[in-house]
Amino acid sequence: MALIQTKNIRLNSKKELEDHRDGLNFNTQASQRVITVCCGTGCLAYGASKLAQAFRDEIKSQGMELQVTVKTTGCHGFCERGPLVVIRPENTLYQRVKFGDVAEIVTETISRNNVIERLLYSAPGSTDKITCEHDVPFYKKQMRLVFGANGYIDPTSLDDYIAIGGYAALSKALFEMTADDVIDEIRHSGLRGRGGGGFATGAKWQSTREVDDALKYVICNCDEGDPGAFMDRSLMEGNPHSIIEGMLIAAYAVGAHEGYIYIRHEYPVALQNAELAIKQAKSAGLLGEAILGSEFSFDVKISQGGGAFVCGESTALMASVEGRVGEPRAKYVHTSEKGLWDHPTVLNNVETLANVPLIINKGADWFYEIGTANSKGTKIFSLVGKVNNTGLIEVPMGITLREIIYDIGGGIPNGKKFKAVQTGGPSGGCLPEDKLDLNVDFDELSKAGSMMGSGAMIVMDEDNCMVDIARYFLSFLEGESCGKCVPCREGLKRMRQILDRIIAGDGQEGDIETLTDLSEALTMGALCGLGGSAGNPVLSTLRHFQNEYEAHIKDKRCPAGVCKPLITYNIIDGNCTGCNLCVKACPVNAITSQGKKQPVILDQTKCTKCGACYDVCRLDAVEVK
Amino acid sequence: MTITVNLNEATVNKVLAKHNNDASMLVAILQDVQTELNYLPKEALVTISECLDVPLSRVYSVVTFFKAFSLKPRGRHSIHVCMGTACHVRGAEKVLDKLETDLCLCAGETSTDMKFTLETVNCVGACALGPVVVVDNEYVGQVNTDKVKSILESCK
Ligand SMILES: Cc1cc2nc3c(=O)[nH]c(=O)nc-3n(C[C@H](O)[C@H](O)[C@H](O)COP(=O)(O)O)c2cc1C
Ligand code: SF4
Ligand code: SF4
Ligand code: SF4
Ligand code: FES
Ligand code: FES
Repeated sequence: MALIQTKNIRLNSKKELEDHRDGLNFNTQASQRVITVCCGTGCLAYGASKLAQAFRDEIKSQGMELQVTVKTTGCHGFCERGPLVVIRPENTLYQRVKFGDVAEIVTETISRNNVIERLLYSAPGSTDKITCEHDVPFYKKQMRLVFGANGYIDPTSLDDYIAIGGYAALSKALFEMTADDVIDEIRHSGLRGRGGGGFATGAKWQSTREVDDALKYVICNCDEGDPGAFMDRSLMEGNPHSIIEGMLIAAYAVGAHEGYIYIRHEYPVALQNAELAIKQAKSAGLLGEAILGSEFSFDVKISQGGGAFVCGESTALMASVEGRVGEPRAKYVHTSEKGLWDHPTVLNNVETLANVPLIINKGADWFYEIGTANSKGTKIFSLVGKVNNTGLIEVPMGITLREIIYDIGGGIPNGKKFKAVQTGGPSGGCLPEDKLDLNVDFDELSKAGSMMGSGAMIVMDEDNCMVDIARYFLSFLEGESCGKCVPCREGLKRMRQILDRIIAGDGQEGDIETLTDLSEALTMGALCGLGGSAGNPVLSTLRHFQNEYEAHIKDKRCPAGVCKPLITYNIIDGNCTGCNLCVKACPVNAITSQGKKQPVILDQTKCTKCGACYDVCRLDAVEVK
Repeated sequence: MTITVNLNEATVNKVLAKHNNDASMLVAILQDVQTELNYLPKEALVTISECLDVPLSRVYSVVTFFKAFSLKPRGRHSIHVCMGTACHVRGAEKVLDKLETDLCLCAGETSTDMKFTLETVNCVGACALGPVVVVDNEYVGQVNTDKVKSILESCK
């Protein structure tokens, strides 16, 4: 990736920023074609960085550097189909592009304007080839206000961000609005925090603004400890300046001059891109002293997290920034009044902050029109698990789960049946099929016993066991609990033990009641949100899937075939052709061949139930019961 | 022995200087030192505590609080199996099982020949590709028991 900015300029006024932007527009018209290669984490895992280099080499060897730009971008959302390559301005989308396709793309598509059919997307079960990015069903129902720029800009280029209108909201706030105007605008937009709780952003800023203290802080929460969510990561990696701009506007509104971006260390690219963006913004006069020649100054530092889920909680996060152990404290005093080093602090999520420049640019009314009565704007979800099109999607609030999972997600793979969707992470819950027509927003999800949370949506099919999922969340939270308060420390352990027992086939009459009681005790007694919401996954699975619990407890059976102690693997003689694939796969030699075309024999006493035979058998001759 | 200690000391001092001996950067400092030395030896923690004027007990409490830190030396190849929700529902457990069997290690252990350290992690933010295994900082997506073999073979 190009780490150097072309020109080292300092922007000293609103006009200089605008002139600079106009100059950039001129340049983009001069080089007409752009090959964008997604270099988000998903596509990188499929070899996108080698691919980008190959494009650069090929363009060079064909002597087309002046006409064609190769641009590496952040995640486009459609990670399932990576590596993605989009040719602009036509927006031709090529998916699963390989190293060997590069020369052909340059010769055919770039030079001769021919589309290469083989690399186009077609929806599962259809042979229709789709050429343009916007026509792919995955993108069609989305409204990519915050996330859309990711596919167009190089996150390491400040000029790219400025060219699409970056920092215009900052200059508007600084030169045309008072701090109160900014807060009013955010309040009227109806923006609610995307970090989980859905707290009104304007009200939060207001309460920090009102405290009389010369030292205030703005912190951006990019901890994203919620397993299954990766939108904050992708925004920070793909468009770091939009978050810095959001922080600047927040700081201007509340009167802060210092800020932190808290990033977990598992996100090295986010760290690197945020660091570079800060450096660029500083040297351009967009961060630091006398921003854009105004009297306002604000500086940002990065603080690294060490991979503890509880550090996403506001008080724990601040303790961690101060260099202490990330343990929450009771919140009788709000962090908006006494936060980092006891000074008033605004803590906002990455996605919340990325919405801010849009609202300032386009106005509160525009934003207010999108979404539902009490949840405005769009939300980015990570749509993962047992769904055909996994990835990141941005949709208007109020869209139904069915539209998300079937229209955008393309339904459940391999003809399996939908069972549940888990939303809101460890604090959320599982929703069954009869909730598919629910309109997704903060309030509707809560009403149904789940949560918006950070926006992870994990789709599960008939092969997932809901008791196992409940146990999974409990053991996750047990491991992440800081252990400071008794209800959480002891309660989670006890609940996990009960579920372990149920899964082992030793479930007892009364277990369900005890689990319910303990969940409620946690809700009432825990010090912070981790323990306080820990009962949700249990309560929601009990509410919607009690029959599965009963099958485990009363019939000693796992209907989904997941819980090891309750299942056995068997060979269906009629289906087995003796191909011996499973014999090779079995790590403990529990399967023996009986010769060619003879069904194999599985020795239950040796079998460790690892499932390797089930995975390799192509003839459905291994069954799990 | 003295040579390694001196080298470690120099590395620690270099990292401390990079962060201007700023105590609020403790986690980042520990992170950087661990990247350089592959784990956090006792002497390094003592130096950090002294230079930052942070009690050694607090340095230890931070080190043991965050999962990212290791007080024991780690193997040449690190294998992290993601056990996040998205990976879990797509069979991460089976992948971990297979790795544990093939390496004769439990999660969290290092092989006696110092070749492998096997660890679990809760979500590395590549959930669309689950199950994900991170091998020496490279992401491998859609791992199944079959793919485990080639992952181990690629670690020479
Ligand atoms: C256990 C726990 C973990 C949390 N993790 C995160 C997180 O990873 N990212 C985040 O933005 N908010 C997280 N939150 C919520 C934050 O504490 C805080 O409410 C949020 O960052 C505020 O930002 P917002 O108003 O923009 O939503 C977590 C809360 C709890 C209780
Ligand atoms: S609820 Fe759990 S994580 Fe929160 S303070 Fe109590 S013990 Fe710690
Ligand atoms: S893989 Fe399937 S078909 Fe082949 S021997 Fe095993 S059970 Fe029979
Ligand atoms: S489940 Fe695993 S151990 Fe059991 S027979 Fe199949 S491959 Fe062998
Ligand atoms: S990483 Fe390329 S689309 Fe998500
Ligand atoms: S759950 Fe495994 S990468 Fe997110």
